[in-house]
Order: sequence, then C-alpha cells, then structure tokens
Amino acid sequence: MKPAPFTYHRPRGLDEALEVLAALGEAGKVLAGGQSLVPLMSMRLSAPAHLVDVNHVPGLATVHVDEHVVRIGALARHSQVEHDAAAYDALPLLRQALRHVAHPTIRNRGTTVGSLVHGDPAAELPAVLLLLDGSVTLRSAERAREVEAASFFIGPMETALRPGELAVAATFRRPATGSGTAFVEVTRRHGDYAVCGVGAVVGASSARVALLGVGPGPVLVDLPDAVRDEPLDDERVHALVEEAIDPEADIHASADYRRHLAHVLVRRALAEAHHRAPGRAA
Amino acid sequence: MTTKMFGERVPRVEDARLVTGNGRFLDDLGHDALEAGFVRSPQAHARIVDIDVTDALDVDGLVAIYTHEDLEGRMGERLPLLIPHPTLTHGRTPYALAKEEVNHVGEAVVMVVATSRYVAEDICDRVRVSYEALPAVVGVEAARAAAHLVHDDVPGNVAAVMVQRTGDADAAVDAAPHRLELDLAIERSASTPLEGKGVLARWDADDRSLLVHTSTQTSTSVRQAIAAKLDLPVDRVEVVTPDVGGGFGVKIVHPWPEEVLVPWAARRLGRPVKWTEDRREHFVSSAHERGQLHEVRVGYDDDGRLLGLSVRFWHDNGAYVPYGLIVPIITSTQLLGPYKPGVYRVEFTSLYTNTVIVTPYRGAGRPQGCFVMERVMDAIAADLGLDRTVVRERNFIRPDEMPYDQGLVFQDGRQLVYDSGDFPASLAKLKALVGWDDFEALREQARGEGRRVGIGLACYVEGTGVGPYEGGHIRVETDGTVVVSTGLTSQGQGHQTMLAQIVADELGVPFERIQVTTGDTRRFKYAVGTFASRTAVMSGSAVALTARTVRQKALSIAAQALEADVEDLEVVDGLVQVKGSGGGSTARIELGTVAVLSNPLRYAFDEAAARATQFAAPADPDTPPVGPGESPGLEGTDYYSPARSTFANGMHAVVVETDPDTAEITILRYCVVHDCGTLVNPMIVEGQIHGGVAQGVGGALYERMEYAPDGQLVNASFMDFLMPYATEVPTIEIDHLVTPSPLNPLGVKGAGEAGVIPGSAAIASAIEDAEGITITSMPISPSQLFELRRAREGRP
Ligand SMILES: Cc1cc2nc3c(=O)[nH]c(=O)nc-3n(C[C@H](O)[C@H](O)[C@H](O)COP(=O)(O)OP(=O)(O)OC[C@H]3O[C@@H](n4cnc5c(N)ncnc54)[C@H](O)[C@@H]3O)c2cc1C
Repeated sequence: MKPAPFTYHRPRGLDEALEVLAALGEAGKVLAGGQSLVPLMSMRLSAPAHLVDVNHVPGLATVHVDEHVVRIGALARHSQVEHDAAAYDALPLLRQALRHVAHPTIRNRGTTVGSLVHGDPAAELPAVLLLLDGSVTLRSAERAREVEAASFFIGPMETALRPGELAVAATFRRPATGSGTAFVEVTRRHGDYAVCGVGAVVGASSARVALLGVGPGPVLVDLPDAVRDEPLDDERVHALVEEAIDPEADIHASADYRRHLAHVLVRRALAEAHHRAPGRAA
Repeated sequence: MTTKMFGERVPRVEDARLVTGNGRFLDDLGHDALEAGFVRSPQAHARIVDIDVTDALDVDGLVAIYTHEDLEGRMGERLPLLIPHPTLTHGRTPYALAKEEVNHVGEAVVMVVATSRYVAEDICDRVRVSYEALPAVVGVEAARAAAHLVHDDVPGNVAAVMVQRTGDADAAVDAAPHRLELDLAIERSASTPLEGKGVLARWDADDRSLLVHTSTQTSTSVRQAIAAKLDLPVDRVEVVTPDVGGGFGVKIVHPWPEEVLVPWAARRLGRPVKWTEDRREHFVSSAHERGQLHEVRVGYDDDGRLLGLSVRFWHDNGAYVPYGLIVPIITSTQLLGPYKPGVYRVEFTSLYTNTVIVTPYRGAGRPQGCFVMERVMDAIAADLGLDRTVVRERNFIRPDEMPYDQGLVFQDGRQLVYDSGDFPASLAKLKALVGWDDFEALREQARGEGRRVGIGLACYVEGTGVGPYEGGHIRVETDGTVVVSTGLTSQGQGHQTMLAQIVADELGVPFERIQVTTGDTRRFKYAVGTFASRTAVMSGSAVALTARTVRQKALSIAAQALEADVEDLEVVDGLVQVKGSGGGSTARIELGTVAVLSNPLRYAFDEAAARATQFAAPADPDTPPVGPGESPGLEGTDYYSPARSTFANGMHAVVVETDPDTAEITILRYCVVHDCGTLVNPMIVEGQIHGGVAQGVGGALYERMEYAPDGQLVNASFMDFLMPYATEVPTIEIDHLVTPSPLNPLGVKGAGEAGVIPGSAAIASAIEDAEGITITSMPISPSQLFELRRAREGRP
C-alpha cells in the first residue's frame, strides 16, 4: 500500500496552477485534501504520473454568502463550511449534510469542492448540489466555465471536469424564503458512506428530495403536487420515489432493504424539512 | 508494608510513553534496513505455471527477488505443524514461499528485497506470475460437499474429525420429555490488530549471529523456529519484541513465513532487512477465525434442566492448519460454560477451504461455543415459557460442587476441571446491575413511545492461564533498582505495570524502582508466550515466586550484616529492617546495599559500594568468598508451572433498541459481571474487558469476511471491513465477583479474552427479545434483520 512513483508539483498561485495543469494534460491530477485520492493511490487503484498540490494556492479557502447563493472555494475544508455561521444561516442544508460526511478529522482536511469533483455516488455533497440547482466553476489556462449540477455529474466517479481544469468554486443556490431543509441517512457505522441518504427541501408549494445509495449517482425527485396540501400525500410521494430509484445489493445491504430505506428516509426527511421551515411551529 | 500495590488501580507506566508517540513499534526501527515486499497470489486455488521477473530487473533499487526455488535446506520445506493431535490425520502446512500451488488469495509467491518498500512494491507490480486456475473451495458448505478438493491428498477436505463424550448423549436426548434441534452459525472475523505483523533482521557476519525484532506474541518460540529453519545454533539467534500494537491471537502463530524469510534474506544479503505488513496483506495473508456451522440436539426436563446435549459442528480451518485444532477443541469443550449438560457428546469436523488460515483470535472458539449454548438456553426458556435467567440458574454448577470435572479433555491435554466460581452469585449481580426484573416496565414505556427494546444475556466459562510454564528473573542492582524480566511478550496489556505491582508487594520495594522487560530472549530464554489469558496467572505467579526467593536471599545477607535473625527482619520500601523497629538507623539496610554485599568483588565505583563497607564482615581467610550453593549478586530465577488451567467466568447482559422502520440496531446498555479471581489491577482488567467487548460488538453487528465464491476477499480494507469505531462501542458497566483460584499463589485467573466471548450470544439474545424473531446466525446487520422481518411476515 505505497503509491506508484509520481512527480509532485506545488504551484504557489492560481495562474501557475492552471499553467502546470495545462502542460500536464491527462497526466496531471489535482491534490486537494487528499482524503479520497491518497487512499486510492496507496492501493494503486490510481497512479497519476503528476500530482498538482493546490493546497498552497492563495485565495481558494473561501466561503462567500450573498442574498442568492453560498459559494465555496476549492480549498474550503468540509469543517470550515460546516462551522461557517453565515453559511448556516443562509443555507442550513450544508451543515445538515456535512455532519454526515466522514469524521471530524477527515472533514478537517477534505474539501467540499473536492468531494463534488470526486463524484462518489454515495457522497452527500453532490446530492446537495443537485437539490439546490447548484453549479461548479471550472477554470483552465484558457477559460472559465460554469457547469450546472445536472450536467456536472456524469456517472460514478465521473464528472464533467476535463484534463487541465481546476474546479475553483461550487455555488449552492439558496432555496426560496420560507423553505425548510433536512438531511437524514442510515450508515453502518457513524461517519461511513451512507447505505441510503436523503436530502430534502420543502417550500410553500414545492418540495424535492435527493437520494443517495439507490442509483448510480444521486437521484433527484421533484414532488410538486405532493406538498400542495398538508399533510403530505404519502402515497403520491412513494410512487414518485419508487419510480426514480434503482437500488442494487452490495456487501452491506440488499437492494430491497435500500428500497425500503429510501421510502422511510424520504418520509423522515420531508417531515423534518417541513418542521424546520420558518414560520412553522418549532 | 507501607503502600500495598496489589489490587490497586495503579495508572499504567506504559501509557505516558505510548500516548505521546514515543512507543517503539517494529516499523519505528531499522531505518537503515532494506525492505521486503511480496508478490501474493491473486487466485484462491491455482497451479503456478511460470514466474517471469524480466520486467522487474531494471527497476532502480532492486536488491533481490526470491522464489521457492531459492530456498535451500529446511527453508524449502513446509512450515511446521505446531500443535499436532492424533485426530489431525491430514495436517497440511504452507511453504514459506508457495511451491507449485497456491491455496488462498494472499499466499506469498515471490519475495522482493529493495531499497525501500515503495520500490519493492514497484517491483512486485512488474513480476509476472502465470497461474493455471483450479476450482476454489469457499465456505463450510462447499468444503463439506467436497465437489472439489483443496489438497489433492486430503479426501473430503477433512483435516480432522474429533469426538468427545461423557456417555450416550443421543439416547439421553431421545429419552428426554422435551427436545429441540437447532442449526447455528457464526461467520468469520479476525484479530485485526492496528499494527500488522513486522520483522527486522540483522545478521552479524563476524559473530555469525542474528538479531531479530518481530511483532510477535512469542519471541522465544520464534527464536527456536528461526534457528531450526536457518540451520543455526539456537545460541546464535536472539529475538526481541518491541512495542506491539495489538496481537489478539494472530501473532501467536509462529513462524509466519516472513519471520523466517526476512532473517534468511538478511543473512544471505549480509544486510539488515525489514518487512512491515500493510493492511491489505494483513487481511489476506494472516489469519481469520470464528467460521463454524453447528447442529445441536438437546433434551431437557419440565424444569428446563439439561438431560442430554449432542453437538456436531463444522469448522472452516482455511487453507492450512499450522496451529492445529486448538480453536475447535476449545469450542467443543468450553461450549458447556457454567452448566451441567447432562450427557454430552460433541463431534467436530475441521475442513480445508481455499481461504486464509484460521488460528485463535481472542476468545479462540469460545464465542462460537458460548453462542451455541446460550441460544440453547434461550430456546429452552422460550419452549417452556420460563424466564431466561431461571433456566440458566437451574443448570448452573453450584459453588459447593467446585472443583468440577466436566469429564472432557481440554486444549492443554488435561482434564477439564473448573477450579472455582460462584455462578449463582454472578447471575444475581448481573440481574441487579442491568435491572433484569424491572425490564418489562421499561419495555412497556418504550412501546408507548413507538420504540422497540429487548434485553439479553449470556454466560461463559473460560479456561485461562494454560501451562506448561512461565518464568521470572529478578535482580536488585546496587542502586536499588529492581530489574524484572519474564519471557512472554506484551501487546499493550499493561504487563509492565501489573508485574511491577506484584513484585513491589512481594519484595517490599517501591513500585517506581521496578523495571520490567518482557519478550526479549537476550534477557530470558525460556517462555511460552502471551495467549490464552495467561500472563497474570503464569508470569504473575512466576515473578511472585521469584520475588520471594530474592527476598529470602536479601534477608539472609542482611541478617548477617545486621547481626539479627532472619525471622526478625522485614523488607519495607526497599529497606531491610528489624520488624517493628520503625527504622532506628543502625537496624536497617537498603536493598541496594544488600546487593553490594552479595558480591565479594566490591570496587567503590559508587556510593552504594562505599556505604556497604560499614557492614562488611571481617573475611574468614580460610573459606571461599562465594560459598558452595551461593552465587554473587542479589538475583533469582523461578518458574511457575500449574497442574491445570484456571477457569475464569463472566456474564453479560445487553439492552438493545431496534428501529421499527430502518432495522438499525443500537446497544443501549452493556453490563458485565466478571470473575477473574483476585484482581492485580482492576483498572487494567476493566480495560481488557472494554477492548474485549468492543471486539464482541464488532463480531456481533459489524465484522465479517466477505468471500466471493471464487475465493476473493472482497472487503479486505477498513472501508468495507467494518471494525466498530469508538462511536459504535457502548458505555460498559462492570461489576466484579472475586472467587480466587486455589491453583496459584496469587489466586488470579486470566482476564485478557473474557470481554469478547459472550458478545454475539448476548446481543443475539437481546435482538431476539426485541423482535420476537429467532436469531440463529451472527453477525447480523440491519439489512439482514430487515430480511428476517420480511420472512416472518411471509413476504418474499
Ligand atoms: C474514512 C473516510 C470516510 C469518508 N466518508 C465520506 C462520507 O461519508 N461522505 C463523503 O461525501 N465523503 C467521505 N469521504 C471522502 C471525503 O469527503 C473526501 O475528503 C472528499 O470526497 C474529497 O475531498 P478531498 O479534498 O480530500 O479531495 P482529494 O482526495 O484531494 O481529491 C479527490 C479527487 O478530486 C479531484 N479534485 C479535488 N479537488 C479538485 C479541484 N479543486 N479541482 C479539480 N479536481 C479536484 C482530485 O484530483 C481527485 O481526483 C471519506 C473519506 C474517508 C477517508
């Protein structure tokens, strides 16, 4: 469990990083928090010839909050985002989801943007980005582009990031005022990737959920007519979710158990989000 | 004695060093050494057709590549079968490097030595081994079916069949008014120490000697094994155990292939060589345990008393059996726990599979046995509508029946005779601790809140402190330092503290003046090892006896110097003084000074020697300075060798909550009543229990070895092998019962393995209670509980 040989690069500025990445093309790999990449390299499941360590590029460890969005820079660690008071006020779902990401020590190093780019189908943040119609900002030496969540996640561990590109930020859109959010999941042990997880946003006349662990990636389900009346129309929700998911068995859970969990957790997430919506009895 | 140390919660002297990162583990040593890596079989069963190293030869930093063909003499022969048994008719062991055939994924085929582990792995990646695949035998069912064989010359894949009986159990079952049959299964797990194995060897060409550091539970036996394999006089080999980051059984096996290959390469290359096992290697090339299927027939009377118990089980021993049949022998005997089984018969079949070998893992066959017996107790209670504690109580061996002979032969080849224990008293303590009699109220309350809770319990008896012997050496230095050595090893249990507590009291010296060394063959040559919960019993007794010898010697030297009778003297806080004198200055002498006096050669190097001159008796010119039967120095060696094992026991009660929707299983309370005889250090004992319970929880709810049908271990990493985190281990509530063992001078019984034994049994009992679903197989995951619920509801 020692990585194969690689060349290590440590750019000191964004332009330098982009130049190095441009020069390396396919052969270059960005190193952020290393919490996913380094284990893969140690197991020799990944053997990049060049590692571009962006940890020394200034100006990327940012959490920006405005009226419409929360924008997270490439070097903001999970824990920085989790504990950012303004981000929590603006978008509680981020903290609600981040608490389920691994353990505090891993969140101290792992980056939120890195988690999006890594594109693990069981990861929480991609589901949140989808749920909030977010986007990722990609920069290369030539240009910058903004990719919507829906087109960013292509498949398991596969995203729209191209060789030579650095994801400099991710933008999460704040839901309409009056919305409530929640993130619930079932893991085998505390901090593990979820067997199944559900994030939910419930607004005055809309609701949507994103599910983990029941498809090749996060599964987004819009529940427009299910929320028009109170209480939620459980049967309608069940049918919409059932149609969207396609769970598989693995060593931790049968497909039927995952399907069962999906419905249980959707119910729980919607109830909690509903409950948390401002203006409702706390 | 001013301060008594025995029985006190003395903080561990090891901890400051270990928790500040100043431990010295194997990989902390040998930065000048070459490093080894291994090409391991990716196939579960195959013939080796060809090994091609061409691509590897031009890697910078390559030092050597070895295959079986390079192993000369005894190195090329199979590794030893350590513990043969007459019923082990088909014992097979591996070669240090595979010869012609591989029998499990992970078996070492090629050894690479390079300038670093990184380079060694680069080279391993470039060695091409071609295999001709053979059908793999995976799991007990496949081994029993024997459609394919693991070893061509082992019919039916059967390594051994062993029967023990106290009479015609099946007839007793048939004649009983009530009968039950149960099929019970336990899956594989593993010791999984945080530090894997590791070996560092230095060959001194001038001295023609080897110095080996290895992360083992038995340095003395590794020494013998290396000497034999390398054809060296034993005197030319020393084996030292550095700090060891956990063993839990897997490091008692010896020699591991790497333990002979690394010294062999070091001698061949004339350079130090080191190997540090990584996590993946540990999963696929060390050892696992626990996988067994059991068929039980039991007969009992109207009160739930056992009349006959007949057990057959199938033990998956993996690809080879270097450690013999210890695990199934323990299951077959220790299954009985604190109970009288009526007429008992047990038969086991030990089967080869194309998987990692099976050797004892903390508890060593007992968790399976306990699971079987305790499931039987719960089944009887359910059948007769009795409280589960009542059925147990009725079947207990009573305290006035001790010593109790179960009529079987134990793992050490001796009769299975319980030395002590008061099971009814233990159960009473456990019921009080967990609030057994009040649980129905809690259950009702929880039900009212839409929650589902259950309570379970399990009892066990554990043979501990097995022989044949352990020894101790104690020397008092002239500055008063007391140097204690015992040959068995430490893996973090706190032996330094525990043994020093014993010596402090026995010798009468301050605890702080005592230094304890374990597992260093340069210090102590004769030892067995650290396993079977035996250190306190064996080495504890040995150092106690040694301390008494040294104390006697000190008293007789001091008696001469003080012109007093030995009987009138005592040793207090490192001073020999006249009893009750309270320390008038002429009437006392420091132990360090006694050490000076014990040696007729007395250069005044230090103050102690100078001080001693005031006591020096005028020498008699006609007698030799060291008389017959005397020896210079204040030191002694003694051994402790018991006729039989001690038997510790305990009982655990667990309260679980099962989520009605998600089937998640949460442990709400975990209560332990523990009887390991007298306690040398209750804090250390409780630490051992905590660790054991953590592993018990792991084995019950999280851990399993997930083998694909082709013999690939698909969860060979800590991402997918779910060892419980601290967050999964409940708060553990402990109460002790002390029934001293009559067998040893301290009254102690072992405590090292206890915590793990009843985990699966107690947790299964609690889940069954919460769910009303019979649990016959452990571990259990939420997904499995969900499937059991569906099966009960009759849904597909
Ligand atoms: C034990 C453990 C448990 C975990 N549990 C969870 C969990 O429950 N949920 C979860 O979501 N995650 C979990 N993780 C993963 C963790 O969240 C990672 O930190 C995260 O997925 C990746 O972030 P990173 O900064 O560490 O990325 P790295 O490991 O540095 O990189 C990961 C990948 O993303 C690429 N990359 C990273 N940043 C950029 C960038 N700015 N531009 C372009 N490419 C980039 C890298 O090249 C690499 O391919 C766990 C990790 C561990 C070790």
